[in-house]
Amino acid sequence: METASHSTEAKTNYLNADYSVKSWLLTTDHKRIAILYLISITGFFFLGGLFAMLIRLELLTPAGDLVLSDNYNKLFTMHGIVMIFLFLIPSIPSVFGNFLVPMMIGAKDLAFPKLNLASWYIYMLGACFILYAILTGGIDTGWTFYTPYSSTYSNSNVVAAAVGVFIVGFSSIFTGLNFIVTIHRMRAPGLTWRRLPLFIWAHYATSVIMVLGTPVLAITIVLVALERIFHFGIFDARLGGDPLLFQHLFWFYSHPAVYIMILPSMGVITEVIACFSRKRIFGYDFIAMSSIAIAVLGFLVWAHHMFVAGISIYAGLIFSMLSFFVAIPSAVKVFNWTATLYKGSITFETPMLYAFAFIGLFTVGGLTGLFLAAVGLDLHVHDTYFVVAHFHYIMVGGAVTGFMCALHFWWPKMTGKMYPEGFAKLSALLVFAGFNLTFFPQFLLGYMGMPRRYHNYPPEFQVLNVMSTAGASILAVGFLLPMIYFVWSLQYGKDAGPNPYKAAGLEWMTASPPTTFNFEETPVVTWEAYNYGEIDALGKEVEVGG
Amino acid sequence: MWSNLPLFPPRASSMAGHVDALYFFLVAVAAFFTVLISALILFFAIRYRKERHPHAVQIHGSTALELLWTGIPLGIVMIIFVWSSVIFFMQTRPPKGAMEIYCVGKQWMWKFEHTGGQREINELHLPAGRDVRMIMTSQDVIHDFFVPAFRIKADVLPGRYTSTWFHPTVPGRYHLFCSQYCGTNHSQMVGTVVVMDPVDYERWAAGGVDGSLASAGEKSFQQYGCSMCHRADMAGRAPNLVGLFGKPVLLDDGRTVTADESYVRESILNPGVKIVSGFKNIMPTFQGQLTEEEVIGLVAYVKALGNGTANLPLPVSNPDSGNYPVAPKAEPSAAKSDQGAPAAEPATKSTPVNPPAQP
Repeated sequence: METASHSTEAKTNYLNADYSVKSWLLTTDHKRIAILYLISITGFFFLGGLFAMLIRLELLTPAGDLVLSDNYNKLFTMHGIVMIFLFLIPSIPSVFGNFLVPMMIGAKDLAFPKLNLASWYIYMLGACFILYAILTGGIDTGWTFYTPYSSTYSNSNVVAAAVGVFIVGFSSIFTGLNFIVTIHRMRAPGLTWRRLPLFIWAHYATSVIMVLGTPVLAITIVLVALERIFHFGIFDARLGGDPLLFQHLFWFYSHPAVYIMILPSMGVITEVIACFSRKRIFGYDFIAMSSIAIAVLGFLVWAHHMFVAGISIYAGLIFSMLSFFVAIPSAVKVFNWTATLYKGSITFETPMLYAFAFIGLFTVGGLTGLFLAAVGLDLHVHDTYFVVAHFHYIMVGGAVTGFMCALHFWWPKMTGKMYPEGFAKLSALLVFAGFNLTFFPQFLLGYMGMPRRYHNYPPEFQVLNVMSTAGASILAVGFLLPMIYFVWSLQYGKDAGPNPYKAAGLEWMTASPPTTFNFEETPVVTWEAYNYGEIDALGKEVEVGG
Repeated sequence: MWSNLPLFPPRASSMAGHVDALYFFLVAVAAFFTVLISALILFFAIRYRKERHPHAVQIHGSTALELLWTGIPLGIVMIIFVWSSVIFFMQTRPPKGAMEIYCVGKQWMWKFEHTGGQREINELHLPAGRDVRMIMTSQDVIHDFFVPAFRIKADVLPGRYTSTWFHPTVPGRYHLFCSQYCGTNHSQMVGTVVVMDPVDYERWAAGGVDGSLASAGEKSFQQYGCSMCHRADMAGRAPNLVGLFGKPVLLDDGRTVTADESYVRESILNPGVKIVSGFKNIMPTFQGQLTEEEVIGLVAYVKALGNGTANLPLPVSNPDSGNYPVAPKAEPSAAKSDQGAPAAEPATKSTPVNPPAQP
């Protein structure tokens, strides 16, 4: 687009190069598209959070006294759809992946800049359909759209929401495609696969899942819409269809989608742990390969969502075993992160606190996954609050914590400003404490037998529900606080400088905020990733070679 | 012991102890690793904080450690896998001779039918100490039969039968939840499982019954004209149903299927899917013409024809009554799991629960 003027190279960056609205809406700069995504998904995060707060308030008492049953059903459905399809799936890849993949590999942009912009427009178009469905009466099928409820019985806006989810899926496919091609073709000279930051490996694995899995979701959603409109009889037993077919197709995407949400967070945590321990990451190859292993195994475990659904005993056993296998690469990552701390030189900036929180919460989330993979135990805890607690430990404790970690870590790079450290640490603490108070009681509720998606419940479950709602209010403060201080920091934050954390990685070797084309000259990489030994030995930042 | 703690549901079935034991093992495993990781992080964070340890030591990794922390978790999860699979086999294979209860889920209620003809809505009375097998279907969307006190759960699907079983041990009243989201009043689709002392149960079961499930099925069998073709003599245009249930059936495409509840159901509602070898596809479909309760009655009747506790309605001169005792080979083994219900037989006159209950 613009040619960066050499005389003012310190001042001109991707943010101030052009202030016009058109320059934002028609930008092909991966960094500006990342900002567009950041603004959009933040809006949807708070919308989904609002639904969550209403759910928690309703569950404060055993009687369904705040909203009607139909409205409660719509609240948890819209909470799920908004959080999963409009926040979690795009979150780290679309914001930080978009911003950082080219910068980390020394490229000027992604391989297909226009496709990248298209993916944001497609995302927004799909989001408009979902918003339309919400505003014109809502959807009450649960985010899982189980048939034949969704295809035949629901009286809500299923088709509009389904079209929205279908469209949003393509933005995910385009982003994945873009990352795969970029990582293969556009790495800087000398940046071999084994010198790549593990953030890139994680995004590579994520992209593979996006490209292979999302089309299956798209097909499934189309079938539901066709069934609903034209009564095709694919899922309706009365017409010779099979309601279980939907569950197989849906989870074939939606289980791997869990890894779309968590793998990028794992990449973030890896970068942050290395930086604030001032150490090369422990077991680089094993962390990289575990990402690939998760992507592959993640496609082979979908039916563990269906142990009670009426699948055969032997299918149950096989999927149980495979589900245990997929736990192993995640465990390997946790052990390697922990080992990285050993003999490090550790400091406790906010991103590091979030990284610690991530490891702890993800460990609990992963270990409770074993309870659900154990098919004999799953028959008791399936579809109870145990499952709700488990996947929130993964998706909030894991994915959202990873997102917050990334937001604090790369905020200085994206904006050139530092966030206020004291408030940030406070918010990290609130998120961690509020999160545990919200979701730990739900494990206990689940084992006691409280089913999920219940508008009212027997009185013996109330104490734990009150604890959970109290935790949710703390969590809400923990998430609102950063919203305030990040906006504040844009105006009043300290200038960050190119590399406030003395971090390794090409993205830190250019200005903050970077210029439109990221690097003055294409860097030549002669070092391994996480060369903190060399950086600290030099006692100064490694400058880009020129 | 822990059934007194408020954090656990009552333990009221033979399965509850097995499931709880695995749960406690998993809690121990999860607690161990959570504490291990948290303690290591805390220890390293304090011991190697920058003030105390200003220069990091660069370590690339250790293959031995990687193998160790791949191998040990793998071993542990395989132990869990085997353990949980053993429980799963117990949960999914009903013992022979279990008393059978039919269940129809619909938005938003549970309907139960005992083979003795007792019908209930949102309440299910059971005797303690008997094996109970649920044969379930849904009239509309997917529901899920969940009794936390029994540690058992199974989806209830439209268009097919699913089943689960349990062995209630402690008399009492227990929650029954629908745990598969089913629409507006999903959270009101709850009921009570009343486990009774066997003697009390017999008293309950004896009241207010007008004919067994199989006899209701027999009425439908005549009403819908089934008896015109399904005759005991070879003159019928349709297979003889006497002695059929539980037996292998040879189909015209060479496959062999077992005549279980799902097969009988499908053959009523969708007869063209599986044609018995030697017969023509001439039976009309009854899809949409029978209620789920009527189908259940017919299934119960075909089952009763199978084990000799019912007869065909037409004045067929029973030439093949010699075929009736086909079932006995299953029965002796059934008796042994039944000893907990001594008074089971006299009350419900036509329960297909096996005559030679007490050896």
